[in-house]
Amino acid sequence: MTRCRVLFLALVVAVVGLLGLVACGRTTPVSGLARIRAAGVIKWGGDIQGGEPYVYGDPKSPDRLIGFEVEIADAIARELGVRAEFVQNDWANLVPSLERGSFDIVMNGLEVTEARVGRVRFTRPYCVFTERLMARAGNASIAPDLLALRGKKVGTLANSLAFEMLRGTATPVVYDGVEEPYLDLVNGRTDAVLLDDIIATRYGAPRPELQVVGDLREGYYAIAVRPSDPDLAAAIDDAIGAIAARGELRRILERSHLWNDRQDRLIGWTAADQTRMLGAPRSPPPIERGHVMLFLRGAGVTLLVSTLAMALAIPLGLLLSLARLHGGPVLARLAGAYVEIYRGTPVLLQLYLLYYGLAPVLKLGALPAAVIGLGMNYAAYEAEVYRAGIQAVPKAQIESALALGMSTRLALRRVVLPQALRHAIPNVTNDFIALLKDSSLVSVITVVELTKQMTITAVDVRSWIGPGLLCAGLYFAMSYPLGRIARRLEKKLEGEREAEAAT
Amino acid sequence: MIVVDNVEKAFESRVVLDGVSVRFDRGKVSALVGPSGGGKSTLLRCINGLERFDAGRIEVDGLVLGPSKTDRPSRADRATLRAIRLKAGMVFQHYGLFSHMSALENVMEAPIHVRGVAPAVARERAKLLLAQVGLPHRRNAFPRELSGGEQQRVAIARALAMDPEALLLDEPTSALDPERKAEVVGVLRDLAKQGATMIIVTHEAAVVREIADHAICLRDGKVVAAGSPSEVL
Repeated sequence: MTRCRVLFLALVVAVVGLLGLVACGRTTPVSGLARIRAAGVIKWGGDIQGGEPYVYGDPKSPDRLIGFEVEIADAIARELGVRAEFVQNDWANLVPSLERGSFDIVMNGLEVTEARVGRVRFTRPYCVFTERLMARAGNASIAPDLLALRGKKVGTLANSLAFEMLRGTATPVVYDGVEEPYLDLVNGRTDAVLLDDIIATRYGAPRPELQVVGDLREGYYAIAVRPSDPDLAAAIDDAIGAIAARGELRRILERSHLWNDRQDRLIGWTAADQTRMLGAPRSPPPIERGHVMLFLRGAGVTLLVSTLAMALAIPLGLLLSLARLHGGPVLARLAGAYVEIYRGTPVLLQLYLLYYGLAPVLKLGALPAAVIGLGMNYAAYEAEVYRAGIQAVPKAQIESALALGMSTRLALRRVVLPQALRHAIPNVTNDFIALLKDSSLVSVITVVELTKQMTITAVDVRSWIGPGLLCAGLYFAMSYPLGRIARRLEKKLEGEREAEAAT
Repeated sequence: MIVVDNVEKAFESRVVLDGVSVRFDRGKVSALVGPSGGGKSTLLRCINGLERFDAGRIEVDGLVLGPSKTDRPSRADRATLRAIRLKAGMVFQHYGLFSHMSALENVMEAPIHVRGVAPAVARERAKLLLAQVGLPHRRNAFPRELSGGEQQRVAIARALAMDPEALLLDEPTSALDPERKAEVVGVLRDLAKQGATMIIVTHEAAVVREIADHAICLRDGKVVAAGSPSEVL
């Protein structure tokens, strides 16, 4: 079929274009250090959402960034004779962005893990931390032992060292921010939280409902440099050495209340320490059947969330449109306000408010919150679709129905709605396709659907191409048949309308 | 018997009915004629309650409809309106057939859902009515598959299916070409011969001469002439 061929060609063009872009991004002929010296600036990537004490807005003047990593970056830049410039980037994707060339280095609580060692070049560490397990106060069932966490829901950050540790034993619940894991633990949505002690001390320990269970292992924060910039890595090693030797590193860490006995070893760091820290680099696993199964499960979650959300949006949207057209002045205004508010604010914000904001009074599970959040948002759009459908029914038919003795309600039920719903089908189908893709937003409330699964896998296998194409393919497989159905229905309805207009 | 007594109606500041009083007798065919904008369609729609009026009263077989300020009828008015609509069936210029139903379903719909007639009974009756308007072979066609004349004949059958005591027809032939007009006029003539009470709004002299017993001419919201068709025309 020609349509299939065109489609295939378009896909090939898209993939070739993508590969071309990747190839362009990799051409960095000048050595890292010379490039930075020439520019007079070293760009470092991090995520402000990590918050205090890493990199965060100064409460006194939020435009200014402060934090111990800001101070270390400035100190290193001084040693290199350049200026440090911060680049904001989503934390889970700092390493891929480094590879893309968005910045020169990553410094943002990036733990030295085997998976990362095979991918980036780590400098000597600038901070020692421990993985700290916290649970609700008085919950004796949580012990400081990874194996004992089997079957427990444990909150952590996506693609962190703690996430690596938890995978395979506990059920990790992944977050993008440092506040939310403890919030959900207080609310009883998870059993424990495993995160770096620096985060636990600031965001977990101050909550009286929570207690520290214990520390599971030590780890290091180090600066990540592209493997193609070995001279830059060496220069930063020297810079950290100099900063540590003259006591500046200790002063910086002390200012953020991070100094303890463990940090002592940062001062006299040796090549043998570095080798021990890095361990044996692990080569990335290829995409295998296990990954494909995870993707299929992610697609299942996407389909489940979308279908249930639409099943909620359709009747709710219908009620809203009826209230708006036939509900009398008060109901009509309320329904109008609902539609405008839900269409006028980001669905991401609505999900946040529903899941975290309402948690003190209404503790919804992640999946119900996702379904309700998306369903209530899409109801506003469906209401408008139905309103248009209802208004498209000719007035003569409604008058005929009334003249035949039907009540307004009976006329709506027997004459208006059957036609309005039929007219709405193509738009509703198109909205469902949009919803399939919008459902990726629910990952912010810890639902691991297709897109989230893709980002997790992409970090695992250290490539975005394979997981990206697999993910795109699955979305396409779900939405393309629906798109075809919508177009066919549209054509059919159009034909009927033309026939009606012709008589 | 339908009595219109001193009815007044204005749209915004434009007076459409200016103290109209008319009587329509049982078993007679009355034609409402006059220039466009003279108020004849509005009067018909007032009788059926599709429009409310500002002053006067309308009586349909003892059911009395008074003036109303708002478009939303009160509960008591609603009951009266529905009772009147069951007595006076209505046929529109643009047919108003339900697009999602076949010709037969259009005719069966109101008897089943308004009168509570058993579907099987309603179906047989609808078949008879479609045969009566000359469309026994088109019962499964949808409105979009019917010509204008066929649609109007289905609309007449649909109104008759409720056994109304009177039939109100608002420009029933105006949207049709001459050939189709003849089909519809033929159906109306047969109904007139059987003694149906009808009020026809029309601006076509031929229709008035051929079917009506009585004609009333409205101009600027007033009755300016009434009498036999030949007198009024």
